[in-house]
Amino acid sequence: MTETMTYREALAFAAAKEMDADPTVFVFGLDVPDHKRIFGSTKGLVEKFGSDRCFGTPLSEDAMTGVAIGAALSGLRPVHVHIRADFLLLGMNQIANVMSSLRYMSGGALRMPLVIRAVIGRGWGQGAQHSKSMHGLFGHFPGIKVSLPTSPQDAYSMLRAAIRDDNPVILLEHRWLYDIEGSVDEQYLPPLPGPVMVRQGTEVTVACTSWMTIEAMKAADVLARHGVRLEVIDIRTVAPLDETPVVSSVAKTGRCIIADYDWLYAGFSAELAARLAHRCFGLFKKPIERIGFAPVPCPTTRPLENLFYPSAVQIIRAVERLLDLDSIDLSQESFYSYEERFKGPF
Amino acid sequence: MNKGEGLRLYRTLTLIRRAEEAIRLHYGDDDMKTPVHLSIGQEAIPVGVCHVLPEGSPMFGTYRNHALYLALTEDTDRFFAELHGKEVGMGRGKAGSMHLCEPSRGLLATSAVVATTIPLAVGAALAQAYRHLRQPVAVFFGDGAAEEGVFWESLNFACQRSLNLLFVCEDNGLAIHAPAADRRGFSSITHAVRGFRCCTATADGSDLSAIIEATRALYRDMEAGKQPGLLHVSYFRFLEHVGIGEDFSVGYRQAPSDQERRERDPLIRFSSHLLSLGYHPAELRAIDVEVDDQIRGSIARARSADYPPAEALYEDLWV
Ligand SMILES: Cc1ncc(C[n+]2csc(CCOP(=O)(O)OP(=O)(O)O)c2C)c(N)n1
Ligand SMILES: [Mg+2]
Repeated sequence: MTETMTYREALAFAAAKEMDADPTVFVFGLDVPDHKRIFGSTKGLVEKFGSDRCFGTPLSEDAMTGVAIGAALSGLRPVHVHIRADFLLLGMNQIANVMSSLRYMSGGALRMPLVIRAVIGRGWGQGAQHSKSMHGLFGHFPGIKVSLPTSPQDAYSMLRAAIRDDNPVILLEHRWLYDIEGSVDEQYLPPLPGPVMVRQGTEVTVACTSWMTIEAMKAADVLARHGVRLEVIDIRTVAPLDETPVVSSVAKTGRCIIADYDWLYAGFSAELAARLAHRCFGLFKKPIERIGFAPVPCPTTRPLENLFYPSAVQIIRAVERLLDLDSIDLSQESFYSYEERFKGPF
Repeated sequence: MNKGEGLRLYRTLTLIRRAEEAIRLHYGDDDMKTPVHLSIGQEAIPVGVCHVLPEGSPMFGTYRNHALYLALTEDTDRFFAELHGKEVGMGRGKAGSMHLCEPSRGLLATSAVVATTIPLAVGAALAQAYRHLRQPVAVFFGDGAAEEGVFWESLNFACQRSLNLLFVCEDNGLAIHAPAADRRGFSSITHAVRGFRCCTATADGSDLSAIIEATRALYRDMEAGKQPGLLHVSYFRFLEHVGIGEDFSVGYRQAPSDQERRERDPLIRFSSHLLSLGYHPAELRAIDVEVDDQIRGSIARARSADYPPAEALYEDLWV
């Protein structure tokens, strides 16, 4: 059955489905059962499944991450929720030293069916400590799956796949995606899905993560009116990474922009660029372009925030470089429209 | 407390309250694009503690830092400019409400990540000991922060090293919307730290005089015993966790009665105290007027100030 719903609703719907199907699934974390329900993404769970299966915690991310691991090792399927990805750093010992490696060190004897959901913040002064994504950092540790769902269907299918997965999965959900509405087919239940082509084109491949997919689609709309067709690929799962769909696209276009929702230095964009340089050697008509955060901590004031974050404008300018086009007049276009809509606080 | 002191304390409390009332009034204009954790109900804690500790003592706080910042600086110009994201703000528009600091006045850091600055204060106290100095250091944190492992690790190290550090727990009984009972496996923080080699004291956060008295006594004990101290102050958070509104209607806690409102309001409590000591209402009103003038001027200047230029994005990263 297909229904129209928002991203936040799709997350709550997916959790309820898995909790219904499997009594070992439980959802916990700071603020999970309060009236705001993590921006609505845990709505209805405590009413339907009770406080044994949906509960809040003390402020103890390090311990609670360990608790989730211990519960997962004991046959439960915890979903540990964080209202900001930045707070995962307090659980980093458990994530990087334990969650990533325990199964490996047990010679394959242990299983860790554990999901960590975390929200990526942006805008209206979130600042340096409420805006990180860190998918590249988490993906760096072998043994952790890392995904960034973009559409409501992704939110639904990827959360369900993550819960069913016997490996630890970190899902990073951009705050601005929560309001996006789309159709969700509740029967669509693939294993944790990788890259998907969200727009077909011929001239330039744009490989993107999370919110950058929205920016790339905007850039593609603008460029289409100027006769340029972008092929947009949403990576969705950065670890383990299947870059083959991007390789196939580059074989067609010979030009690639990697638009990552993160800093560039030693980040996911560097990893993908390295793989493409290797696998597409000789296919490129121009060097790979990378787009990401400015190499500074995220500032709070709007004018600097706008310069810090990559946008459709940078994608368009990169396309011009790749195709040797004259600078397109963008004065009649509206960008940063979501910045105007999001009024905080978080 | 001599007369001048009483009026100065009243001025600081009033400045903080009126500054936050001004934020509430103007927030809807969307010129202050920054999540605000207002301190209404909590003001007396930093005012009292900063009054007792020697001027310039290193201090650390949280995202709920307006009262601490203004108690130490009384500088509403840089405060409002920062909330407006302007170049002349205390962090050039890179801090916003949650990261205010003013090293020149002793306020070294505040943080939007709970409990983060507690070990920093331990480090600052270690630096004092390292240099054979005895300037005290203070760190302010919420009751929720005491659930983080880093609080206990910091407390342990400070006690083991006998550091001259004052832990100030600002306890509103809430972490966002979660009441203490849903989070704590212990009944009170002062009770829970009893096995540590540190002095403890408690005070009512709505009573500035009581906070000053408790801090003084605790600081004496700390000096005498060469031990860190923990001051536990309970207070009533009048507003929602973040933002400018009340949120009694959403159901996680009860609205206070009118009498409770008066009893838990540190400004009302302190002004009646002063009046009972024979201060004249006109003296207090004159301060109110002067403070309102200061704030009006600061907001007007903040509004017309420039945003940081584009180059500022890359500045201040490296020394
Ligand atoms: C490490 C960390 N976890 C979670 C959060 C989200 N959060 C922000 S404030 C807060 C409540 C903190 O309560 P408390 O320490 O009592 O301070 P209060 O806000 O009551 O002053 C939470 C959970 C955070 N900022 N940092
Ligand atoms: Mg609290």
